[in-house]
Amino acid sequence: MAQSKLDLLQGTLDLMVLQTLATIGPQHGYGIARRIEQVSKDKVLLNQGTIYASLVRLQQRRWISAAWGTSENNRKAKFYSITKRGRKQLSDDAAYWLRLSAVIGRVLALREDSGYE
Amino acid sequence: MSNWLRESLQRVFALFRSDKMDHELDAEMAAHIDLATEENIGRGMSPEEARRQALLRFGGTEQAKQQHREARGWQPLETLLQDLRFAFRVLRKSSGFTTIAVLTTALGIGANSALFSVINGVLLNPLPFPNANRIVSMFQEKPNFPKGSISYPNFLDWRQDNRSFESIAAYRWADGTIRGMGEPEEVHAQRVSATFFPILGVQPILGRNFAEDEDRRGANPTVIISEGLWKRKFGRDSNILGKSLNVGGTARTVVGVIPSSFRLNIQNFETADVYEPVGQEEDPKFHQRNSFWGLDAIGLLKPGVSLQQARDDMKRVNAGLAGTYPDIDAEIKANIIPLKEEIVGEMRLILLVLFGAVAFVLLIACVNVANLLLARSTARRREFSIRVAVGAGRSRIVRQLLTESLMLALIGGGLGLVLAKWGTSAALAAAPRTVPRAEEIGLDPRVLLFTLGISVAAGILFGLVPALRTSARDVGAHLKDTGRAISPYRSHTQAVFVVGEMAMALVLLIGAGLMIRTLAYLWGLNPGFDPHNVLTFGIEPRPSLADQSSDAIRAELRAIHSTILSVSGVEYASLHWGAHPMQGDDEVGFWPEGQPQPAREADYASTLEYVVEPEYLQTMRIPLLRGRFITNADNERSEQVAVIDNSFAQKYFPSQDPIGKHIRIFDYDADPSQRTWIPFTIVGVVGHVNQFGLADDARRPLQAQMYRSLMQASDLFTKNAAQGVTAYVRFRSSIGTGAFSRTIRTTLLAHNGQMVVSENQSEEEVVARSIRNQRFSFILLGVFASLALLLASVGIYGVLSYLVGQRRQEIGVRMALGAERREVLRLVLGDGLRMTFVGMGIGFVAALILTRLMAGMLYGVQPTDPLTFAIVALFLSCVALFACYIPARRASRLDPTVALRYE
Repeated sequence: MAQSKLDLLQGTLDLMVLQTLATIGPQHGYGIARRIEQVSKDKVLLNQGTIYASLVRLQQRRWISAAWGTSENNRKAKFYSITKRGRKQLSDDAAYWLRLSAVIGRVLALREDSGYE
Repeated sequence: MSNWLRESLQRVFALFRSDKMDHELDAEMAAHIDLATEENIGRGMSPEEARRQALLRFGGTEQAKQQHREARGWQPLETLLQDLRFAFRVLRKSSGFTTIAVLTTALGIGANSALFSVINGVLLNPLPFPNANRIVSMFQEKPNFPKGSISYPNFLDWRQDNRSFESIAAYRWADGTIRGMGEPEEVHAQRVSATFFPILGVQPILGRNFAEDEDRRGANPTVIISEGLWKRKFGRDSNILGKSLNVGGTARTVVGVIPSSFRLNIQNFETADVYEPVGQEEDPKFHQRNSFWGLDAIGLLKPGVSLQQARDDMKRVNAGLAGTYPDIDAEIKANIIPLKEEIVGEMRLILLVLFGAVAFVLLIACVNVANLLLARSTARRREFSIRVAVGAGRSRIVRQLLTESLMLALIGGGLGLVLAKWGTSAALAAAPRTVPRAEEIGLDPRVLLFTLGISVAAGILFGLVPALRTSARDVGAHLKDTGRAISPYRSHTQAVFVVGEMAMALVLLIGAGLMIRTLAYLWGLNPGFDPHNVLTFGIEPRPSLADQSSDAIRAELRAIHSTILSVSGVEYASLHWGAHPMQGDDEVGFWPEGQPQPAREADYASTLEYVVEPEYLQTMRIPLLRGRFITNADNERSEQVAVIDNSFAQKYFPSQDPIGKHIRIFDYDADPSQRTWIPFTIVGVVGHVNQFGLADDARRPLQAQMYRSLMQASDLFTKNAAQGVTAYVRFRSSIGTGAFSRTIRTTLLAHNGQMVVSENQSEEEVVARSIRNQRFSFILLGVFASLALLLASVGIYGVLSYLVGQRRQEIGVRMALGAERREVLRLVLGDGLRMTFVGMGIGFVAALILTRLMAGMLYGVQPTDPLTFAIVALFLSCVALFACYIPARRASRLDPTVALRYE
């Protein structure tokens, strides 16, 4: 179903947001979006607007917190920072993703060996 | 889990802070675009291009907002709130419809909640004792009495020899005359084993329970009193323990106070004001193995012991007793029944049948509301068409309609609860002392949950069909519809509804009809005596009397008799001991002379024994069939005589003249080991008296009845009579009962101030009480059937009126083409009666099956009684005809020119 595919994408984006905030510290929505684009070398085609749904969701789970502040070029913007609970979640999720991708990698390798491709 | 909870709560809160959050998001997005634009300008783009690119990378702002809302909020709840707001507006706007629908639902739900609260309190809730599910009632089963009394020695052996009970406790009636505290007063008293309250888990609020060594002959006389008596007589004196209380002529030391929350009403036990240890009974005859003094028992099963195991165990115990005492205990049997079953008794079947009936009432109410909703959906067709046209899905419309009907049902349910509370107290008040555990009935959480459950079920039930019907057809097509044509589809649905209502109403009416027939049958039964203008009084002569000689006691009893007769208005009076019609049983073993004396006690024949004075015959107006009744000449100095009833005569002297025959009756005065039997001469035969109540008498095996003279009673009986005797008094009908009983009381007290005269009761009440269960079933079934009839009539009336409204133009055309008014009348009536008769046909089949379930409640009528079926069918047809006639007449009076123009 389209629903579950969307969930997976959401989960991925949430993880990226958490990781970004963990590495660069407090940041506003635009900054987070730009950072993800840069890190992924623009391979993730991100509608920047979707990041706000992810941000509100993470806030409701208390994984990040938000406060209004001023940007480097003196603009009022909402700054997000990762919470202690968020760091814990990040390490759990990261471990999960690494394990999952390792398994998927092995499964795909298996398929090539068997000559299905 | 708590994370999930917090997130859900936040999502709910987000619904209410929606505007604020949208504002913040707008500001945040604006900042985002500005930051992006600035960065783009920094890369050398023109301001316009920079902003365009920023917006492009952002994606749609509306889309982002929507995603934001979905992420933070809870979509289904948001929709629900919308639906609720809308439903509320719609229902408020059409207040007439809403009122009728809510009232109908409230009636149905209220009746169900009321009955469920009774079932909950009586059948479902555990008894208010800690180990309730392990407590059983124990009786000694006898050929004539499945719940016969236990002799005290047998009880002691049961207690000692069994392996399945933690403990067992005996109880019986006690003389509750309190003297020495103002006027002598009669309170309810019981004698109980020391183990009695511990088995029930009842702790005294003050003092202690009886100790084992108090529960035997010669022990210091002690007493436990009720909280009520402690309050009333002692003003809650905290130093009550150790004080003396004179009960039944004995000074007893108060050792405990039992809380007023303790309540128990079973055979031979009622919640009392005074409790004494049962084993203290000084009378040696009580301690004989063949004396049965109205003693029953309760037992507490050991954990894990099943009822069957306990029954098997008691069989083993009794086999041992039969071996040890073959002459008395050869046939001894224990009857063990769970205490709850003993308390609830036949009320279980009655309540379940009533519950079935009341479910039908709710179904009929639902059908009526569904019909209303169907009719309304026609009027709202265009509304739905517009909503579909602007993009609402079918499921959204079904959901909206269900929300409306659920809201109706919940409001109805709330009102129903109020009706239930009121209805339950009304029903219990209408039938006092009928429903066991009545004081435990109330609206507890389970009743509330039940009401919520049936409200939701009802809402879905009556909302679903109209909702599906409304959305099933191509709603868009109705934008063009003028609402003139009637969809045959929906009128078909309505016809099905009416048919169902009629079927259910018929079943309920037949049920009520069968109960009317049962009551009529029971009321028509001849009780064998004339209960009108007869009062009975409990009389306890002065306390010292029992210690005097039998001659002195007899002299006092005679004096009491003449004192009563001296009261003006008294026609006849008789002091009475032994069995009382419909009130108390007392049997005696005998054998007819000329036949060999039976070897074992169990082989003797049994008869009910009434110990009376000569005027008893006239007092109760029992017909004398042969010979004579007891006279004043049958006294302590003359030969013992007996008068028997015709059941006795037919059973033991078939096709013989019983007059002059002799029977031998066990002599209670003699040493029981001697086993002497006194000869009695039969001098007369009287009519059979209904001993076990109008409903039950014919079903009981013990039918033989025997009268003997109070003045010829054994010394034991005479002594008992000195402690308490009943006076039966026939008074002239011109006198009011209240004033009359006051005069009797004053006259008796003037005769002896030490005497206690207890509350009088009329024999009419006694007879009425013997059929109170049937009366209760009839009243409730009658109420439910009336409700069903009312709702079903309103239902068929409503549907026909609606159909006539819809067919106005067709009828106009018919009349314009020359149809007579009579033909129109017949046309519409035909429609209604067709539905009625199909429904009644189905109802007949259903009733044939369902009334079998109430067979155990019926007397003198078969569950499939053709007469009841026929009368009820006729009655329902007439009501339906009337309900159809009104709209039919309206149709026939239509002015064709007006009807044709009608839109």
